[in-house]
Amino acid sequence: MVGYIVKRIVAGFLTLFVLITVTFFLMHAIPGGPFSPAEERKVPKAVLERIEDKYGLNDPLPVQYLNYLKNLAKGDLGDSFKQLDVSVNELIEQGFPVSAKVGMIAIIVALVVGIPLGITSATKRGRWPDWISMIIATVGISVPNFVLSVLMLFFFAVWLKMLPTFGLTTWQHYILPVAGLSFTPIAYIARLMRSSMLEVMRQDYIRTARAKGVHEMKVIYKHALKNAIIPIVTYLGPLVAALLTGSFVIERIYSIPGIGRYFVTGISDRDYSVVLGLTVFFGAFIIVCNLIVDILYAVIDRRVKMDK
Amino acid sequence: MISIRLNEKKNSRQPDEMFPDLPDELFEKLDETQKGENEQIVRPSVSYWRDAWSRFRKDRLAMIGLCFLVVMGIAAIFGPMFSSYTYDGQDLSNGNQPPSAEHWFGTDKFGRDIFVRTLYGARISLLIGFVAAAINMVIGIIYGGISGYFGGRVDMVMMRIVDIMIGIPDLLYIILVMMFLGNSIESILIALCLTSWIGTARIVRSQVVTLKHQEYALAARCIGSSNLRILFKHLIPNSIGPIIVTVTFLVPSAIFSEAFLSFLGIGIQVPIASWGTLVNDAIPTLFTHPYQMLFPALMISFTMFALNFIGDGLRDALDPRLRK
Repeated sequence: MVGYIVKRIVAGFLTLFVLITVTFFLMHAIPGGPFSPAEERKVPKAVLERIEDKYGLNDPLPVQYLNYLKNLAKGDLGDSFKQLDVSVNELIEQGFPVSAKVGMIAIIVALVVGIPLGITSATKRGRWPDWISMIIATVGISVPNFVLSVLMLFFFAVWLKMLPTFGLTTWQHYILPVAGLSFTPIAYIARLMRSSMLEVMRQDYIRTARAKGVHEMKVIYKHALKNAIIPIVTYLGPLVAALLTGSFVIERIYSIPGIGRYFVTGISDRDYSVVLGLTVFFGAFIIVCNLIVDILYAVIDRRVKMDK
Repeated sequence: MISIRLNEKKNSRQPDEMFPDLPDELFEKLDETQKGENEQIVRPSVSYWRDAWSRFRKDRLAMIGLCFLVVMGIAAIFGPMFSSYTYDGQDLSNGNQPPSAEHWFGTDKFGRDIFVRTLYGARISLLIGFVAAAINMVIGIIYGGISGYFGGRVDMVMMRIVDIMIGIPDLLYIILVMMFLGNSIESILIALCLTSWIGTARIVRSQVVTLKHQEYALAARCIGSSNLRILFKHLIPNSIGPIIVTVTFLVPSAIFSEAFLSFLGIGIQVPIASWGTLVNDAIPTLFTHPYQMLFPALMISFTMFALNFIGDGLRDALDPRLRK
């Protein structure tokens, strides 16, 4: 058990290191630096060199790499190249709480809606509740989240004028972004829950419980759910990753000042230090989440092979 | 009454020899004419593919999906040829026209025909989806096959590399690679192929690991087949079902990734249209001209539906063990 956890942590660190290294060298291999004169304004060569000196862009690449790692170890992700006096850390400090709040609500909604949907689908297999929840699941898996979000925005905010279109001031503002963010995860959770529930309901101990005369609701929610929910735990890692990448489009569509939007504007502005810093941040976040989920899973389900 | 059918050619022994205790009258001599009828194999032997096809054909949703995809593919290839409009032909005097007989899906703010642009987008999206899936299949088969077949230290190292790569969120460095390579179809393909083969490789590896100890692999080895021949002539063809199923699901995910990237503005560049860029372009005019968004959005959704249905159908048909 301890050996397994140590192994996973080492693998997690290696992954993070590879991600940082690849990201760093890719960013520096991109032709045309952040101050390249080919852009809209002409900058005198001397000025350009001064700027590049200031950001250490004229040092040999290995030196820049080591400096970056050193700063990273101190928790400093660097400054934005395009926005004056804004560091990547500040962007994260501003944006992350906003994104995390929307994301947490979306995770809760996804679990609270997805799990019962899957259970109903499994227990009423082949009847109309099964059909309805599987239709919802298929739509959620097939329709890309940005298409869904834009259509919802049009339908509820523009056409019916029921909900606000952008910003995050009142609780109504949360409805559309959270719905857009959690729809695909709901579909995955419902599907996963359905198949694992069907599997569990075939087990002997369920038959025993029924034979004892335990109420069907209790059989489902007490005896079956405990085992059927284990696969959902493994999905929590990918779920966090899905919500993060989902936030890129959702925050863009609904103009939410979160970290995903900074990432997207960083891309379109070619603000390399922001993209680099946020990629490292996202990567570390997802890797840590996956690690926690893996360990959690090993603790919950002792059947998991530890020597994998 | 006990009746035993005798196969005279194979078993020449008389009933008394086999069952010495039983009196002769308990046996019934088999009617020769009847025997021919019973022993004959009525149904022709069914090959794996024919069997899979008959199962696939019964899946109504999968067949609808297949038909939609075929129609879509034909329309995407030949449609733009028969239209008098082109994907980049601007007509500023006819901008933002609603759908009409002239322009089936209306026009965008530059007066470009959205129907032709959507068909053109289908070309790009389907091309990217299928080419990316094919490349992934090749890489995944080679990587997973070698890892599973040679096992031991080779397998250890190759799978640790996979473990590290799988931990990195793919969309993040697809974005990085796109920024590095610039916006074009080729760079999207390269970016998509960097990591998505991992799933295929894992499936292939687990298949090869279980199959390599089968008798036919041993037999092939005994007659002196080389490792590569055993791997690619015997083991891979025997695991082709699960491989195809995995690859089928790569097509919609590649189409989604392309649309996602184009939507964020780092995919296909204007004036070339893809479904993602079409949806993205329509956002500013969403409030005034919603139809510009509607048709490309519907096209992506229907195609994703079709591909997912086909994937589910293929999974049930080719790999019944995976059925849920």
